Amino acid sequence: MSVPAVDNTVSSGNASVAIPADMSGQMLDLDEDDDLEVFSKDTTITDGSSFNASMQTSPASMINQYKFEEEEEDVGTKDIFVTVDNPESHVTAIETYITYRVMTKTTRSEFDSSEFEVRRRYQDFLWLKGRLEEAHPTLIVHPLPEKFVMKGMVERFNEDFIETRRRALHRFLNRIAEHPIFSSTEDFKIFLTAASEELISHKKQGPGFLSRMGETVKAVAASVRGVRNRPEEFNDMQEYVEAFSQKINSLDKVTQRIIREQREYLEELKECGPTYTLWSNSEQELAEPLKNMADCLDRCYKETDEQVKQLNDQLSPALHEYVLCTETLKAVIRRRDNIQADFEAKTEALATKKADREADSKVLSLAWDSLVGRSPEEVKQQRQQKLKAEIKEMKDDLEKLEDRLEWANNALKSDWTRWNKVMRTDLRSAFVDTAERNVSYYEKCLAIWESFLHSQRTDAEANGKADFS
Amino acid sequence: MADSGSEDIAVIGNTDLTPSESQNNLKNTMVEKGTSLLKKMEISVAEAEKRTGKNAVNMQETYTVYLIETRPVDAASEGTSPVPDSLWRRYSEFELLRNYLLVTYPFVVVPPLPEKRAEFVWHKLSADNMDPDFVERRRVGLENFLLRVASHPVLARDNIFYLFLTEEKAWKETVFETGFQAKADSRLKALNATFRVKNPDKRFAEMKHYGDELQAVVSQLLRVRARAADRLYGVYKVHGNYGRVFSEWSAIEKEMGDGLQSAGHHMDAYAASIDDILEEEEHYADQLKEYLFYADALRAVCRKHELTQYELETAVQDLSSKKQQREELATGTVRTFSLKGMTSKLFGQETPEQREAKLKMLETQIEEGEEMVKDRNVECEEFVKGAWTDIERFKEQKDHDLREALISYAIMQISMCKKGIQVWNNAKECFSKM
Repeated sequence: MSVPAVDNTVSSGNASVAIPADMSGQMLDLDEDDDLEVFSKDTTITDGSSFNASMQTSPASMINQYKFEEEEEDVGTKDIFVTVDNPESHVTAIETYITYRVMTKTTRSEFDSSEFEVRRRYQDFLWLKGRLEEAHPTLIVHPLPEKFVMKGMVERFNEDFIETRRRALHRFLNRIAEHPIFSSTEDFKIFLTAASEELISHKKQGPGFLSRMGETVKAVAASVRGVRNRPEEFNDMQEYVEAFSQKINSLDKVTQRIIREQREYLEELKECGPTYTLWSNSEQELAEPLKNMADCLDRCYKETDEQVKQLNDQLSPALHEYVLCTETLKAVIRRRDNIQADFEAKTEALATKKADREADSKVLSLAWDSLVGRSPEEVKQQRQQKLKAEIKEMKDDLEKLEDRLEWANNALKSDWTRWNKVMRTDLRSAFVDTAERNVSYYEKCLAIWESFLHSQRTDAEANGKADFS
Repeated sequence: MADSGSEDIAVIGNTDLTPSESQNNLKNTMVEKGTSLLKKMEISVAEAEKRTGKNAVNMQETYTVYLIETRPVDAASEGTSPVPDSLWRRYSEFELLRNYLLVTYPFVVVPPLPEKRAEFVWHKLSADNMDPDFVERRRVGLENFLLRVASHPVLARDNIFYLFLTEEKAWKETVFETGFQAKADSRLKALNATFRVKNPDKRFAEMKHYGDELQAVVSQLLRVRARAADRLYGVYKVHGNYGRVFSEWSAIEKEMGDGLQSAGHHMDAYAASIDDILEEEEHYADQLKEYLFYADALRAVCRKHELTQYELETAVQDLSSKKQQREELATGTVRTFSLKGMTSKLFGQETPEQREAKLKMLETQIEEGEEMVKDRNVECEEFVKGAWTDIERFKEQKDHDLREALISYAIMQISMCKKGIQVWNNAKECFSKM
């Protein structure tokens, strides 16, 4: 099944259809009742067929699709498992790039089989993300790891970089898989299952360069125009996003700073153990305790090194992802605003047109027309007819746009709630994990120093030195 | 740790020992080893104060004075606590005392004074002598010095030391009256000259070498430790930023707000905890520093031994050359080249009377020389004996003290880890409420 050309403009050919064309992709997928699980537990939708029939339904009922309830997050109902691993390097004449293995295990019936294994490169992930965003401009797509990391001149093929990227890609796909809408898109399915050549040909079917250009132009125009009556909740949303963006950026920076300071500490700590060893070479009685001391410091060094590594590999990427998220959120809000701006502009245009018609009806024909041999009444009639047709078209357009706007608003509202929950879970577990690791780090160091005391005590007992008070 | 049931090692079992308790343990060890002085008298440096006054060149200066308190031991044990005798001393007076001891007991490894200027600082500590933390640590160092001297089998019996503790005004005069200054100057001159010993005592050479190594390695250790402390300070303090941001973030969240806010407080507590931790570590650094300076004192003793030996060798050499001269004069043969021999060859032999006079002089000189050699031999032997005893004593003390220091360092680390565990467990709880 190929996805029809995704076009954000409502095609006038489908005037009778209340839904925007970009929804049709999903519609085609939803043949079986099972897929209802994914969408909603809301009992107002009684059977699966209502989805197909929903072609005729109002946006109001479609809101229900986006009621994401607690149970959906339950692992027990999870019917698709995706992993990203096994990076491999590929060398061609033109370039070198990395592919990752993407494995899928699923019980969903729309998949031809229950297990899939494909190889994908970063570009493919970018493509998927782009498609999802185009199809659902006001839904929140989890961010991808950045294309390049300039800080510290990390090379693209550096092991740590690849591992960090792999983890982020894994999280990305899992978020998509957990998302009620995204996970049932055709694009996602193809991404997970298609062989490389299939994917390439499928990619080519996407909207052409020109249509994308058209989108960009419209978006710019819309953002220039600006939104007049933005609903309060979206104002609140924007305010929150700005504040949150600041905070998460700060946290990211603070974490980076801690990592830097820890690394510098490690540099100094590294020299402590060897200095004690050096000292022990000059001593007799003290040689043993000094060597023990050196040993303890070396072990502490290792533990500290581990701890920094984990900070760098777990907390930092988690925070950084949410820094990227805020960019996504801002974009989503912007896109919603653009739709509203578009709607407001067209509403104004309609009103103007109507006013024109009013004004026109009071005007008699111009001399020119009589020259051409038509009666004033005739000409006026023609003009009125034309205006009437134009107005009808604009009205129809506007209706669709209104539906689209309402739909976009509801989509964003619901996905916003969803995003908030996911964010809360993600950041909570990131910080809890960090705290746990820090506790574990200190526990390990504690054990190291206690073992030192223990060794001194047994030494003392052995040497008959019982009294230290 | 303490569960293993051994009650005899209080220090190790009790991992909550603070540095001041540790210091007390050290004091108690010294007291128990017990010289007669310490058996009679409790010594402490109780306070420090700033004073201003005119100095030798009649200029205003600010300096610190330290209050030395002494208290008879019996009185304390009777339960009554009488007002202790006390007097004020400045650092320069301590220096004077030490110089006196160095000259008077050259074979003793004399306990060092705390450093004059703050060295091996990490960024938080100011290098300013007037800084209250520095003054406090110096106070502790000076007390330590007095206790070290008071617990030394030889030094404790010195009268000048006793007067230092008890006689405020007249003490300086009394010290100078001993004439040690002149001796000090001549010794210093001799020590600073380059001389080579023909048969160096291997043991002392080894000790000197050990002193060199000890000084080098402890310096390095202090430097490394200071740098690491500086870095660790940075790590902890940056966590304070978490506190601030969490607090701000909690303001925009509904459900997450409380968890974030309280977690932020723990981050602040974590950041603040490093101050105490590093303050405690300074005590460890001070213990190392004491032995850094002790290394110097050890080297000084070895050097003085070298001088003593050199002086003995010189005396022996002089004596043998004088004896040779006598022989030449008596037998008339010139075996070795001498200016006298040359001139006599050139300008004729001496008269028998002249020869007789010369011989007589030489005999006297030889007699004196033999006395000198005898004395110097005794000096040398006594020095070696005294020095070696004290060096053995010093070695034992050093091994014991440094081992204690390492143990107290481990205890400090344990305490730091426990604090860390507590803070992060608390933070974890708050985070899970997010």
